[in-house]
Amino acid sequence: MDTKTGHIETEQEKSHGEISKPIDAAVIDRIRADFPTLHQRVHGHPLAYLDNAATSQKPHAVLEAIEMYYRKDNSNVHRGVHTLSQRATDAYELARKQIAEFIGAGSTREIIFTRGTTESINLVASSLGGMILQPGDEILISAMEHHSNIVPWQLICSKMGAVLQVAHVTEDGELDIQDFRSKLSKKTKLVAITHVSNSLGTINPVEQIIADAHALNIPVLLDGAQAVPHLQVDVRDLGVDFYCLSSHKLFGPTGFGILYGKESILDRMPPYQGGGDMIDQVDFSGTTFNELPHKFEAGTPHIAGAIGFAAALQYVEKVGFDVIQRQEADLLAYATEGLSSISGLRIVGQAQEKASVLSFLVGKSHPYDVGSILDRFGIAVRTGHHCTQPLMKLLGVPGTVRASFAFYNTRSEVDRLVEAVGQAGAMLA
Amino acid sequence: MTAPTTILSRAQSLVEEFELFDDWMDKYQYVIDLGKELEPIDDAFRTETHKIQGCQSQVWLQPCSQGRDIWFKADSDAQITKGLIAILLRVLNHSDVSEILQSELSFLEELELKEHLSPTRKNGLDAMIKQIKLYAAAIQASDSIRS
Repeated sequence: MDTKTGHIETEQEKSHGEISKPIDAAVIDRIRADFPTLHQRVHGHPLAYLDNAATSQKPHAVLEAIEMYYRKDNSNVHRGVHTLSQRATDAYELARKQIAEFIGAGSTREIIFTRGTTESINLVASSLGGMILQPGDEILISAMEHHSNIVPWQLICSKMGAVLQVAHVTEDGELDIQDFRSKLSKKTKLVAITHVSNSLGTINPVEQIIADAHALNIPVLLDGAQAVPHLQVDVRDLGVDFYCLSSHKLFGPTGFGILYGKESILDRMPPYQGGGDMIDQVDFSGTTFNELPHKFEAGTPHIAGAIGFAAALQYVEKVGFDVIQRQEADLLAYATEGLSSISGLRIVGQAQEKASVLSFLVGKSHPYDVGSILDRFGIAVRTGHHCTQPLMKLLGVPGTVRASFAFYNTRSEVDRLVEAVGQAGAMLA
Repeated sequence: MTAPTTILSRAQSLVEEFELFDDWMDKYQYVIDLGKELEPIDDAFRTETHKIQGCQSQVWLQPCSQGRDIWFKADSDAQITKGLIAILLRVLNHSDVSEILQSELSFLEELELKEHLSPTRKNGLDAMIKQIKLYAAAIQASDSIRS
């Protein structure tokens, strides 16, 4: 699989290039040993954690980094003259450097620390949207967006008198690129689209989206929350203007995320929230603001979050995206084949390019019922609308059962999923 | 067989029925089957107004009463939810309003069903009980005005 685009080779391509073999089970066993949460029983069964698109489990390396910070270096950053504060600041700013390198940012000035993807999007919507939008202007999203890439735009559009345009999604769960192009116009001030769909796993053709938008000088924001656990993202290669991600989907702590933005745009944007750390000089007659990235980081930040996330990225690099993608591609193909053999089962979202996310329905059974029964078998999946109500409505389903795989999942867990789904289908028939 | 006549005795007989199952799958299957026997609600009540908020699945509740006798019809698009509703209504239906208002419904714990419920499902069930008690309180209030 191409690490950047998520393209999975065809048989023909494989015979010309490297053969993509499943990862040796012993390798996965060693990886699993790094994740303490995986080793427990639920309702008497070994836990099969297949809800990685909701949040991922955390390796020892992350837990230890957080604990070490609180045990040894805990102090506030950027203000103290004392040794602990210096150590905390060094660790915190080193994390920014590591994160910048991981996603290929040009400098640490382009890495804004946030609470997660949701806050990253809200920041751009509020700050950039408030600065550039005029009545009648448009923002273009797609029909497969998570609520967090819909609602912030609705709020700013309604405040500024702008219009939210929505590009269609096909029955297979792919972006209708023709419709997307037809909705780009002089009125479009920003394109905000997900890199990978959280509900369906669809990998969007982001290079094409960016090229089309940039041809009309329209900046592009990508919601990368579901992409970064699966794909090696290089923001400069992509040429994307904003890229948003969450630490907790990428084996790091919750409550921490990143907004990458091109320095040239971030520099012009007004602050998002006011408070400590984001100021230069404060006077009752007025305030001047700190430089990037601190201009957008008001208040004492999630220091342990940054340090824990940097440890997670180091861990991911140690495992390697080649291993991650080979394992996930194998699990996705194996699970797709296994589940397809169940009578009455329908896979929702059949895009050509997919991350290891599998949404499905069993006969007429409510996803909630199926999920409850799977839980009794020790299998954790997500059920419901996955915070994509418009997409569910479009596809004509009340919601789905979603199994989402990480590289620490195994074929035997997939076997258990397939068997339990079959049992649930029989019980609910 | 004489029909049990109080919430407590009806709950007790349900608890005894459930004690027959030692396997969770059988218990779940029984819950699902009970849901299938639930008396359907009138279409007029399948509306947003009669939907119980706080459920991941859709649940509609139709109150019926005659004097101080109160009973409910209900439906859900999820089968396990529907079965749980059937259990709840089997215990509560045709009770005196004051009995409903005073009941603690601890039998749900005794059935060991509540522990199997996800937090959202638990919230949904709590929301449903709250709604049932609200209807009972309204009837009680109008009854005391009349008398």
